[in-house]
Amino acid sequence: MSQHRADIAAGRLSKAEYADNFADLHPALDDHQALVEADRCYFCDGAPCTTACPTGIDIPMFIRQISTGNPKGAAATILRDNIMGGMCARVCPTETLCEEVCVRNDAEDKPVKIGQLQRFATDTLFAAGKQIFEKGADTGKRVAVVGGGPAGLACAHALARQGHAVTVFEVRDKLGGLNEYGIAAYKTVDNFAQHEVDYILGVGGIAVEFGKRLGADVTLGQLRSDYDAVFLGLGLGAVNALTLKGEEMAGVLDAVDYIADLRQAKDLSTLPVGRRIVVIGGGMTAIDIAVQTKRLGAEDVTLVYRRGKEFMKASAYEQELAQISGVKIKYSAKPVRLLGEGGHVRAVEFEYTQALAKSLPRTGSGGERFTLEADMVFKAIGQKFVAGPVTGGNDVLELEGERIAVNDDRRTSLPDVWAGGDCIAGGQDLTVSGVEDGKVAAVAIDTYLRGGAEKRE
Amino acid sequence: MADIRSNFLGIKSPNPFWLASAPPTDKEYNVVRAFRAGWGGVVWKTLGEDPPIVNINGPRYGAIYGGDRRLLGFNNVELITDRPLDVNLREIKQVKRDWPDRAVVVSLMVPCEEQAWKKILPLVEDTGADGIELNFGCPHGMSERGMGSAVGQVPEYVEMVARWCKQHSRMPLIIKLTPNITDIRFPARASKQGGADAVSLINTIKSIMSVDLDKMTPAPDTDGKGSHGGFCGPAVKPIALHMVAEIVRDAETRGYPVSAIGGITTWRDAAEFLALGAGNVQVCTAAMTYGFRIVEDMIEGLKNWMDEKGYGRLDDFIGLANPNFVEWQDLNLNYVAKARINQDLCIKCGRCYVACEDTSHQAISNAKDGRRHFEIIDAECVGCNLCVCVCPVENCITMEPMTSGVDPRTGLPITKDYANWTTHPNNPNRVAAE
Repeated sequence: MSQHRADIAAGRLSKAEYADNFADLHPALDDHQALVEADRCYFCDGAPCTTACPTGIDIPMFIRQISTGNPKGAAATILRDNIMGGMCARVCPTETLCEEVCVRNDAEDKPVKIGQLQRFATDTLFAAGKQIFEKGADTGKRVAVVGGGPAGLACAHALARQGHAVTVFEVRDKLGGLNEYGIAAYKTVDNFAQHEVDYILGVGGIAVEFGKRLGADVTLGQLRSDYDAVFLGLGLGAVNALTLKGEEMAGVLDAVDYIADLRQAKDLSTLPVGRRIVVIGGGMTAIDIAVQTKRLGAEDVTLVYRRGKEFMKASAYEQELAQISGVKIKYSAKPVRLLGEGGHVRAVEFEYTQALAKSLPRTGSGGERFTLEADMVFKAIGQKFVAGPVTGGNDVLELEGERIAVNDDRRTSLPDVWAGGDCIAGGQDLTVSGVEDGKVAAVAIDTYLRGGAEKRE
Repeated sequence: MADIRSNFLGIKSPNPFWLASAPPTDKEYNVVRAFRAGWGGVVWKTLGEDPPIVNINGPRYGAIYGGDRRLLGFNNVELITDRPLDVNLREIKQVKRDWPDRAVVVSLMVPCEEQAWKKILPLVEDTGADGIELNFGCPHGMSERGMGSAVGQVPEYVEMVARWCKQHSRMPLIIKLTPNITDIRFPARASKQGGADAVSLINTIKSIMSVDLDKMTPAPDTDGKGSHGGFCGPAVKPIALHMVAEIVRDAETRGYPVSAIGGITTWRDAAEFLALGAGNVQVCTAAMTYGFRIVEDMIEGLKNWMDEKGYGRLDDFIGLANPNFVEWQDLNLNYVAKARINQDLCIKCGRCYVACEDTSHQAISNAKDGRRHFEIIDAECVGCNLCVCVCPVENCITMEPMTSGVDPRTGLPITKDYANWTTHPNNPNRVAAE
């Protein structure tokens, strides 16, 4: 047997190829395209798209505003309900939310391009550099927001608009959370995540402390005594393990870490990528790592999911994106053995979890095995909440499953602590639902801080 | 296949589609292109006295749009031909010689003096043109000089000039009427009285297309100022249909030939005018929007429809709809229709619901078993047709007449008897029912 040598290299592509592979997945609509598309909206009554939007954006209204030549008004309509409307326009799985229920599907199987129109409106506003929100009159109340991702920033923004002084505690160097570190690069080009963060902070009244980790640099107890209320938008700090022998071998990587490196890379040609990639998982992260490594120049990328196609968390659209990018998807197989040599992974052995279609030569009742050679193996089998910082001290939050338990107002078991985003139980793990959590919590926090039941915007 | 050859005032053309007097018929080049494309005839753009008028050098046209920038309305501030009279006459003569089977009618506009008409008519007659059309409709530029719609608005002048023309020419005479008047029947009657052979209508409607909110000028504007232009295109078709139908059914002008103009874009539009009694049609904006080739579909479409309906010739259906154009007081008050939503076609946009709920009769429900579902509430539906008008899916909502039983809204039994306002008990001036 010949000596195995992992083929991992940077700079597999030309400069032009990198630029092309990581350009905007859906180029922005120009004025004409936006008007033509906006004309397709029927301005439905009780519109299904609005109902399907986790943040309840008044979609028919903003599209009408685009069609009347009022794109800034359209942006205001969007941002009032969803301050991250710009990012959501890029990353929302619209095909399973607003666009899935568009009545144009019934009419002619082609929904209005709501996401693209939303991007047109918000891009127009941002390009004009126009701040449409202002800080509310100072209430003298102080709120700590832990985590500067979608939920935390949405909450901070809404609270600042009500006049509360907000401090955001962020462990990383930049705000934005997964918008900055997790979303696939071709979905948010030109540093959009930071432009959006700047716009959100532009309301005023929001201080940020970087490099602060809950449980290490600050504690929940401290924050509760120093601030009038606390919002936790902690995200998911850990990834699930394969629990296979050899998982510590070189070349066995967490997809989220690699994606974060990719997003922060100033020059993609410096990023080493394997020639043969195996991705294990079936969610958006799995698709994102598979497509991005392929676009970095990997020769063979195979995504293996343990269940059937219909169970895959990544939408049909995302699966198709992977396939047209040249990623091979294998369904109904689980990893059973990591094979390595010299401390580096060289292959993964899989076992079928169920019978395959009769037409395939490898029929059987499961249990059959196959091996995929790999220079890099990416784990994308889910992330998990690190509960220590909110359960370890004197200030203990109740959990539900493995995440923070909240009520409809996103209030935790402690009366002055709210939480939202991926760290709470029952979430959808989407930017848009994080924004909604932050927004809902801010309304409740504001009511609480004003000492009444008065419901405010 | 149906025969759509047309004979209007003895002027023969292979089809009833003429190009109206307008920019597309200003010169030989355009007219020849039109004839090659298949147009049955043209009314040559209006000739006037020398020296020719001058046009502005800024924008002459403006438009209003529907979705996807589909042109719905158009206007212009162009005047009559700005080319020398002899150039036009020479070209007309040449075209008529080269295209003997097509109708060539010449539009004319000279001052309201007998001498002026007496002078120009023989020149036109000499070209071999099939007829003349007097432009008493142009509402801009010429009307301020006592011509165009300034004449069309005064029935006495219409009659006077018609007489002069019949006196000094043997050519068939058409008077083109302006819609910028309270009652179109008066100039039509005057035209007939003066001996003209037909009227054509409508010419354009005085209009401002829009206002430029940056410059604060009416559009289209020339150097910061805008004037009223003549409005035309699909948006004016309903106005034109009404005016044509009024003349056709008027006791004094019944049977008087009408050449219909106004927003005609398709064979269907044309057929509608013919059904109301027009003898032929003239087209301009549609050609200016899409080019001359649209006539191919107008010809084929009209023939196919006539074949389906069993009409062998144009005369078989011309005027068939006119007797059904009646006064409001003649509408049957015993007729009861209710809207019906075809659930298979419904896309559940809710527009019918909100229109009815907000602005009408609260006669549509929007939910069933907790789901979006739109259905007519017969006890509230007055049969107004608003839901049909706003529904984005054709034939999804229809108005269905009740033929028996009781109208759940009024509690009154459905009767086949005809009864109108003239005999209604609520009418203080009612006449006794027979």
